[in-house]
Amino acid sequence: MASYHAKVFIKLKQGILDPQGKAVENALSSLGFSGMSNVRVGKLIELQVQDADVVAAERSVKNACDKLLANPNIESYNFELSLSDEMK
Amino acid sequence: MKAAVIVFPGSNCDHDMYHTLKHVLKVQTKFLWHKETALGDVDAVFLPGGFSFGDYLRTGAIARFSPILEEVIRFAKKGGLVFGVCNGFQVLCEAGLLPGVLRRNRQLDFICREVSIKAENAQTRFTSACHPGQVLKMPVAHGEGSYYAEANDLQRIEDNGQVVFRYVTANGRVDEAANINGSLNNIAGICNAQGNILGMMPHPERASEPLLGSADGRVIFTSILASFRIVV
Repeated sequence: MASYHAKVFIKLKQGILDPQGKAVENALSSLGFSGMSNVRVGKLIELQVQDADVVAAERSVKNACDKLLANPNIESYNFELSLSDEMK
Repeated sequence: MKAAVIVFPGSNCDHDMYHTLKHVLKVQTKFLWHKETALGDVDAVFLPGGFSFGDYLRTGAIARFSPILEEVIRFAKKGGLVFGVCNGFQVLCEAGLLPGVLRRNRQLDFICREVSIKAENAQTRFTSACHPGQVLKMPVAHGEGSYYAEANDLQRIEDNGQVVFRYVTANGRVDEAANINGSLNNIAGICNAQGNILGMMPHPERASEPLLGSADGRVIFTSILASFRIVV
């Protein structure tokens, strides 16, 4: 068994209205940050996963994303896996 | 008819639903805590409004994995009557019992006021006591009620008559001004293809007595009862 650190990035799909991103964009503009546009707000979920190897860990994380962490109607996801610090 | 109102941590309209069922409509009603694993002897299940599990991750996403939901899903798939209001609608979408999802409101604000909705389909178990196109006044109270479905799902629910309620003007016109939260096609409530599951964002349980300013919501409950051949 090995312990992996996963970073799961969840984004609203292209074309899905992101009112939160829009509000942040407007605030940036009010603060004088010019040239910043297309603000989209997503989520970062970090977790530890124990699995036999990296292939098994990838399968587990993908399963968690499909079942709970992301809603496929409006969200897409990708993730990065690395060996946990204590294993290195 | 025997009813169960499911209670999650963070439900806050569970007592409103219970009150309307039990005291206004005189239906035998019980609360069921989300950790229960059996529905028992019930004919209809009600998922109330609120902020189950603090709306963490996504609205309804965690409630969907509560033990009782497995039973609710089984009950619904056998044709049992299931009605979700507000957070209950969000839970039904997350559970895959209804298509689509409720997004954050277009203007980001939490909307808490009376709205007009139109009974688009008056032939469901939830609307049979309405006139076709009847306009009902009742409150909404949500931050994430903007209905979205992928294009093919949207087309399918429109073609099947599964769009049960739309946000309208006071005189029943479907237009952008009446679309309080940016829902696709002004959708306020939908049912499944079999017609035994309804989810809606507005709160009929808070508008079932004249004392509360509107009794228009009552017609939804009397329709449900009529579907069990009970006249009130």
